[in-house]
Amino acid sequence: MPAAATPRTSCEWISRTRDTLQENVKRQIPSEEISDHPLKPLVVTVSETRVVKLRAVGGSTTSSTRSSTPTPTQSSLAYSMDPLGAALEGSDPLSQLASHQKMDPLSAMAAESWVEPVEGKRGIENVTTSAGMDDGIRESWASRKAGILCKFTTSEKLSIVTSFLSGGEKVVVKAQSSVVDKVRTRLEQLDDFEEGSVRQMLDLSQQEYMGRIEQLNSELVQAWHQDQRVKALKIAIQCSKLLVDTSVIQFYPSKFVLITDILDIFGKLVYERLRTKSDYYAPGSKVPTPLPENFTPDMVPESAKETCRNWFYKIASIRELVPRLYVEMAILKSYSFLTSGEFSQGLLRLTRMIRGIGDPLVAVYARCYLCRVGLGINSSDRVYLRENFYDFLSVYNQLFSPSVRLDLSFQKVDLSTYLTLYTPALDYILQSVAYDATEKTLADILDRCKQKGNSALLFNTIMAAFKPAYIAARASQFVDLLTSCDEEGFPKYLLFRTLGLCLTLADPPAEHCLQILNDVWKIVSKLTDPAQYICCAEVWVQYVAKHLSTREVNTFLGDIIKHMSVGRAHESHYASLQTVMERVLSHANDFETLLTMDKFLPMLDIFQKESVKVEVCKSIMSHYTKHYQYQTTNDPVITNALMFICRVMHDSVNALTVDDEKRQIGHLICNFVKRVDFGRDFEQQLSFFVEARASFTNLDVIHAQLVQSVNRLAVDTRCIVKGHHTRKTASFVHACAAYCYITIPSITSVLMRLELYLLSGQVALLNQCLGQADACFKAALSLISDVTKTIEIDGKQKSTEPYIVSYICNFLSTLLIVPDSPEQGVLYLTRGLLNVIQNYNWDPQSTARATVYLHVLDMLSTAAQETYPYHIEMVDSNDVLYGSDPKFIAELNRMCSIIVEEILNHLQYLGKSELFSKQSTLALELFIRIATKADLSRPDLATLALNLWNLSQKHGILDVKFAVRTTEYLKKKLSGLYNDEFYSEFISRLKIKSQMK
Amino acid sequence: MSILLDIKLKKHNKVYCEGSPSDFKHDGIALLLDGTVNLQLSAKNVGIFEAFYNSVKPIHLVTSSIDLAVPGKIPAGVTDIPFEFPLKPRSGRSLYETYHGVFVSIQYHVKAELKRSFLNKDLTKSQEFIVEYKAGLPGLITAKPEPVNFKISPESLQNIKDKAKVPRFLVTGHLDSATCCITRPLTGELIIERCEVPIKSVELQLVRVETCGCAEGYARDATEVQNIQIGEGNVACGLSIPIHMSLKLIL
Repeated sequence: MPAAATPRTSCEWISRTRDTLQENVKRQIPSEEISDHPLKPLVVTVSETRVVKLRAVGGSTTSSTRSSTPTPTQSSLAYSMDPLGAALEGSDPLSQLASHQKMDPLSAMAAESWVEPVEGKRGIENVTTSAGMDDGIRESWASRKAGILCKFTTSEKLSIVTSFLSGGEKVVVKAQSSVVDKVRTRLEQLDDFEEGSVRQMLDLSQQEYMGRIEQLNSELVQAWHQDQRVKALKIAIQCSKLLVDTSVIQFYPSKFVLITDILDIFGKLVYERLRTKSDYYAPGSKVPTPLPENFTPDMVPESAKETCRNWFYKIASIRELVPRLYVEMAILKSYSFLTSGEFSQGLLRLTRMIRGIGDPLVAVYARCYLCRVGLGINSSDRVYLRENFYDFLSVYNQLFSPSVRLDLSFQKVDLSTYLTLYTPALDYILQSVAYDATEKTLADILDRCKQKGNSALLFNTIMAAFKPAYIAARASQFVDLLTSCDEEGFPKYLLFRTLGLCLTLADPPAEHCLQILNDVWKIVSKLTDPAQYICCAEVWVQYVAKHLSTREVNTFLGDIIKHMSVGRAHESHYASLQTVMERVLSHANDFETLLTMDKFLPMLDIFQKESVKVEVCKSIMSHYTKHYQYQTTNDPVITNALMFICRVMHDSVNALTVDDEKRQIGHLICNFVKRVDFGRDFEQQLSFFVEARASFTNLDVIHAQLVQSVNRLAVDTRCIVKGHHTRKTASFVHACAAYCYITIPSITSVLMRLELYLLSGQVALLNQCLGQADACFKAALSLISDVTKTIEIDGKQKSTEPYIVSYICNFLSTLLIVPDSPEQGVLYLTRGLLNVIQNYNWDPQSTARATVYLHVLDMLSTAAQETYPYHIEMVDSNDVLYGSDPKFIAELNRMCSIIVEEILNHLQYLGKSELFSKQSTLALELFIRIATKADLSRPDLATLALNLWNLSQKHGILDVKFAVRTTEYLKKKLSGLYNDEFYSEFISRLKIKSQMK
Repeated sequence: MSILLDIKLKKHNKVYCEGSPSDFKHDGIALLLDGTVNLQLSAKNVGIFEAFYNSVKPIHLVTSSIDLAVPGKIPAGVTDIPFEFPLKPRSGRSLYETYHGVFVSIQYHVKAELKRSFLNKDLTKSQEFIVEYKAGLPGLITAKPEPVNFKISPESLQNIKDKAKVPRFLVTGHLDSATCCITRPLTGELIIERCEVPIKSVELQLVRVETCGCAEGYARDATEVQNIQIGEGNVACGLSIPIHMSLKLIL
């Protein structure tokens, strides 16, 4: 093995001058002219091609093609032929679906009309099959439940009477007085409390009450699974009994939800047990299996039918009406074991039997449950739904009867609150009636309702239930109806709110739009309660924004401001006001007119709570950026308004603001800054940036954006003058450079500053502002040492080393063309950079510093060339300044020598630390630099190179293939540069380890 | 017709161990069919009809017995003994449908008795079965459903002493038929035309009237069968409320 001692640590570098021009020519791939873009879509037009087959005697087939071969021809129609493109034209199924969903009248309306908007869970109602409808309505019930539970609450004390819970006090319940004789009947009274077991729990809070109900629920399930089915039935009965009780009436709807949940579970248990316990012999099979999910009555064995009948007989003997009805409704689905025709009769019978419930509230909820259960059964019969509604209508007067009023005054509940208790049940019933109903149904029902007094509640339900399109078509009629509703009863603002909801979902006749609004607002603006007013306004604003012009929107906003300023009412309605803004924004087609409305900014002023105001500003800005994705503005009014809005957002940022918030705000403001464009009025543009800098001092991103924008402005200026600055443009670009130089230090992020300094320096150089460029580069140099070793990215610590290496490389390539300042020494900036590299706190284990040095070698050897590979127009670089002056070259070579020495030192260090793999890679890298960039005819350099080669091969770690390719490359590269003897000698000494053995 | 002879073992794996299960000795098995009408007097009437009461004995409608097995042994395991009775009334009697009442009941039983040697008790088991008339049986009167209208007002009440205390009201309605098939529900309609005070509850009571008697006299007793509520709370006036009562459980 030849001596491959570590090379000497010093050596005199002599750069070789290269013929860059020629090298570059050699490197170029031969080019050819093309006429088409390869990615342009092709349409292959195949002209008729006739293939004539000639059968030769030998049986071989020759085919010859006559006429033209297929020729690809470009077609301007190419895009319309694109199948994907075609799909997007007009009839995009997704957006169609979305627009259908918007029209979905049921759940959307229901959710909104109950004050708390229960978002999401929109049914799939646009599927028109009956199963789809059932699913939709059932699902809509699920979403309603939550709404009911949060709306109908109470702070009153509640009570439960049951025999299945422990605790509470014992109550003596009188046994049912057996009539005539005291002979006990054989029938067991399912609904009688067993004597002594009854406990009454008084003074329960709503929370406790719900807990008890939940307890009963689990008790029921447990009893069922312990085969105590009678007990389970008894619990179900006792639960339904609780629905008779209307004390604490405002809680009734929630109670209904809780208890029907239990009944649903009970019904399901009964049904599933009947299904799984009935042995079904599939045709041809002798093994009994449980009934399949979709069985028909004739598949049900007689024993199961008998069990099922017994359930119904048992329930039919429940003494009290309400529990009997509820429990039968709960297990209604089990009728499917008996006959398929049972449902229609059963549903109608139950509908009639509910008439026996005297309390209209209890009755309407029982009807609601019946409709819900009925829809859960896949029966095509829908007659009972309408019957239920008509039955309700026939007792409608009861709602206003003296006895109800007496009870209400006793419970201290006012009539309008009482009437709103009806909405969930009534809406549900009528919505199931109205589903895919015709306009005639609406007319019929409307006629019937008109005949009733106090029909506001009914109108509200009708509007909520029927297709908004139907309502919208009769909008004027409804306005008249609602206006004539007397004050008594259902709150008027809710009526108009519901109408508003309909009209935003469907368009009323265009010629009536304004008239409708005027009529409605005549009444709404008279509302004195700001809560009621804003409740309407937040709905109607959408109507105004959608159907009417900006002028009306402006007036409308003015009215809102007027109403909400009274007694600082706005303070308690920020959420609604926010919605108002949101809706105005989302319907604004023209942002400019929106911002120029004289009520828009005053509207913004109404948000006096900082956090809300910022939210509103954010939403304005995000709508703005969405709307004006590629457009720019220079209107001073708009710019000022947006500036104001941005300032509000910006000023909200403080030390406690979370990063994400900062990012959002920064992003929005940046978007604004980007949108402002004064065209060729560069001076004004720059003064806008100055103003923006003054306004937005807190956020790094904005500063960065401003620096970028100003740099761009400078480059644009240069483009316009095509590099030949006049005095005016020169002073302007100076101003730009100065702006950048001043702005950058206020950015906190070191890395961002580094980038921007380099960029600004480059731009300054481009604009021939040499002094400014130098200043930027110097600032960048002094900053490099401030870079911390690690930075946090997405919560993880990451090393900055790769970044620094690449940054320095970028810097080096810029430095190549920066002319030396006459006041400073040769390569003043490069020396500065070398000092920084020298002093930077590198990780000794890594080769980062050596890598950087290698690149410095690259740069310096390039600097020694006669002409540099790239230049900036109108800027003379060092090649021109020094003209390859020998002193300059000598200086370069001296610097190279020092750097080579540094690298050699590092190689030694790596050897000592036994990091051989790094060592050999580095040695090879340096070898290549010396071989290609230094003058090898100098014996010491050649020796050094060979030593380095050997060092890289020493431990055999280097990839052999790579080594082979390197020698191949050098063979080509060095050929002809030196005399043949030296060349062959040098190449022959490049041995690869595996070959050396 | 082909005849098939088959042996089925109870154990699927057909593996059996040594030792024979013990047989069971008996002195004969007899089966008895019995149909009786039972009459009972209510406590109310005991004073008057005591003498009569003593004379009331169950009336047998049908009696018949068969010996199922002569004394011998029954092997261990399940032994099925098929039997058949002709269901014919005793001479001079006729069969009635099964009925469970308070004072009158008509019941049919099959009783099996397994006699054993004098040291052991005999084993007995009794099982009720239900007799129903077949539709279209000759001699049966088929009732035609005929609606029955009714009107209830304070004046029409019979068991009220002071009619002045009763608030004024009027209830009208109809039953679809006064004669019902027991498997079908009792149906009808009821309308509260007017009522002076708020209603608390509307209830429907089914009462059975049983008459037991012989030459010396008879006793008529009414007992409640079922009471269900058809109106809860202050029921709306002028609205027809359905009457619907299932009779099946009375059986």
